[in-house]
Amino acid sequence: MAEAQGGRSLVVDAVTHRYPSGALAVENINLDIKGGEIIALLGPSGCGKTTLLRIIAGFIAQTQGRIIIGDDIVDALPPNKRAVGIVFQNYALFPHLSISENVAYGLAARGVDKTSRQREAQRLLELVQLPTMAERLPRRLSGGQQQRVALARALAIKPSILLLDEPFAALDKNLRLDMQIEVKRLQRVSGITTLIVTHDQEEALSMADRVAVLSHGKLEQFGSPSDVYDRPQTLFVNTFVGSTNRMPGVVVSADRTAAKVRLDAGAEIIARPAAGSLTEGARVTVCIRPEHLQFVGDASGFAGVVGMSLPLGATVVHEVTTADGSGVKVSQARIGETRALASGAAVRLAPLAPSLANAFPATL
Amino acid sequence: MGAAPASRDVTSYGMGLAAPLALFFLLFFVAPLLQLLWLSLHNDTAGLHWGLGQYLHFLTDPFSLGVLGSTLLLGAEVTAVCLLLGFPIAWLYQRVGPKLQTIIILIVLLPLLTSVVVRTFAWIVILGRQGIVNATLQSLGIIDTPLKLLYTQFGVVIALAQVQMPLMTLPLITALGRIDPNLDDASCSLGAGSWRTFFRIVLPLSLPGVIAGCTLTYAAAITAFITQSLIGGGQMLFMPMYLYQQASTLQNWPFAAAISIIFLLAVLAVVSVFTTLGRLSRGYGGA
Ligand SMILES: Nc1ncnc2c1ncn2[C@@H]1O[C@H](COP(=O)(O)OP(=O)(O)OP(=O)(O)O)[C@@H](O)[C@H]1O
Ligand SMILES: [Mg+2]
Repeated sequence: MAEAQGGRSLVVDAVTHRYPSGALAVENINLDIKGGEIIALLGPSGCGKTTLLRIIAGFIAQTQGRIIIGDDIVDALPPNKRAVGIVFQNYALFPHLSISENVAYGLAARGVDKTSRQREAQRLLELVQLPTMAERLPRRLSGGQQQRVALARALAIKPSILLLDEPFAALDKNLRLDMQIEVKRLQRVSGITTLIVTHDQEEALSMADRVAVLSHGKLEQFGSPSDVYDRPQTLFVNTFVGSTNRMPGVVVSADRTAAKVRLDAGAEIIARPAAGSLTEGARVTVCIRPEHLQFVGDASGFAGVVGMSLPLGATVVHEVTTADGSGVKVSQARIGETRALASGAAVRLAPLAPSLANAFPATL
Repeated sequence: MGAAPASRDVTSYGMGLAAPLALFFLLFFVAPLLQLLWLSLHNDTAGLHWGLGQYLHFLTDPFSLGVLGSTLLLGAEVTAVCLLLGFPIAWLYQRVGPKLQTIIILIVLLPLLTSVVVRTFAWIVILGRQGIVNATLQSLGIIDTPLKLLYTQFGVVIALAQVQMPLMTLPLITALGRIDPNLDDASCSLGAGSWRTFFRIVLPLSLPGVIAGCTLTYAAAITAFITQSLIGGGQMLFMPMYLYQQASTLQNWPFAAAISIIFLLAVLAVVSVFTTLGRLSRGYGGA
């Protein structure tokens, strides 16, 4: 029943879920995921990521909408019939079973005989680079090792979809990087369609083919990492993914691809209308990332006063107070001659390029 | 580590703190027990001739051995009933909302809030010839003549099971509550059905609670003097009543003492079987 290798497609079709308590956790989510893709579900705490994952796995029956895996609508199938592998945030290894018994558990449930089960468990433990741990109990393993076992256990049933709920949240930074590479490698080898839940934007951008950004149960944007980072569709995406300066302003003139905005800080700049066209005279919020601002020597751009300069390794971040009293951050690559700006120095700032400033209709 | 040379192992406490309790035990537990042992090693009621006669008498007397056997069996039956009824209650407790949880806990604890005597008399009312059970069955036309429920092994087991139920259910609730609910989901997502999940995951992980519950229920059931004698009546004789008769009615103190010692050893044997099982399952628990 479960496909051997190569992932199946996954369609989340207008899924809405309201908990019995009344909380609307997920609202009209549409995702169309191709077989073999790695997708990251990115969003702040409580935005409904886990809920969506549990709906796909079959632990929660959604209030509305459909889940389609391959060509099958799976809404009527219980979790044990969906062939969906899941790695829980706390790993949820069976504490009383040895590592190899844990990995072989799903095969036993499928009636695979003992010798093939053990052979397969050993093969998977080699795949996750733990071949010598087979007889240990889970609590004798480190967090990263438990994580690998959980992964091997989920892969053992040859799932058509692999779900990972904040898989690296409990690991320290170095181990996290190792495991991210590891998971990506395993995913490449097996080609299993994979959904990773995370609230770590770097993780989402580095691992995923496409990123789905959620906020308050709604899908804000679903696109490639560069789409999400460079061409955010909503103000939320722009501010949640990466850091940004928000500068209020008024639209002077606009067409579909560019808008001239008069910033309250005192300059006219060209920005990209993020979501459709903007009307003349409307108030907007312009987002410019710190690394997309530059100091200019001429009279273009807007004026400001340098507050503090923070050297952060490869970059230097300057805090600048603009004419309207708001603060912006400017990050500069640290090149040899980068002179430290004295606190209180008067400077002028402008975006590197028009396409790097995004304008959103101002919300009150 | 060794900051201060005179640093003391923090896990060792002054034993002096335990002295009052030790004294209490010595005075009111060890001393009477030794007296009992001393008494049981006499062949005559006056306590003049040393010997193992009382023990020989008990161990060669079919009647006495029968009483011991039926008492141990009674304990096993009550424990089994409590386990079979208590496990689903504990399981349910972990799966319902907080409101229902309060209700379940209340129902489970209710037997502890009323006196044993009152509860036992309630069972007499329920199980008697004109009791609720018989009256209901008769009015429904299921039976013609009243069933004999009181003064039977069945009656004693049912009444004791109700009385001892909290001792089984509470450890089970604790044990089941310590199992990570994600394990259920993990098992399910790996393709296991509910029965496999229960027998391979839930049951093994709740074993410490099962063993604690069984030990408590068993020990309480076989020594439950009041319920055993009131529901069992004259026909059913169990060790506590046998002991009482020998000591109080027949004034045969050495024989009563020997019965006590034998009963004590039998109970200790059963309890140590439970604890050994518990130690074997300790590997699970934690985590
Ligand atoms: N069992 C539940 N009953 C009622 N409401 C719930 C339940 N589980 C979650 N919620 C609510 O649904 C919303 C989404 O929860 P969810 O666990 O999906 O968030 P999340 O994105 O996974 O957050 P986190 O990053 O903190 O894990 C939250 O507002 C939460 O309070
Ligand atoms: Mg979550």
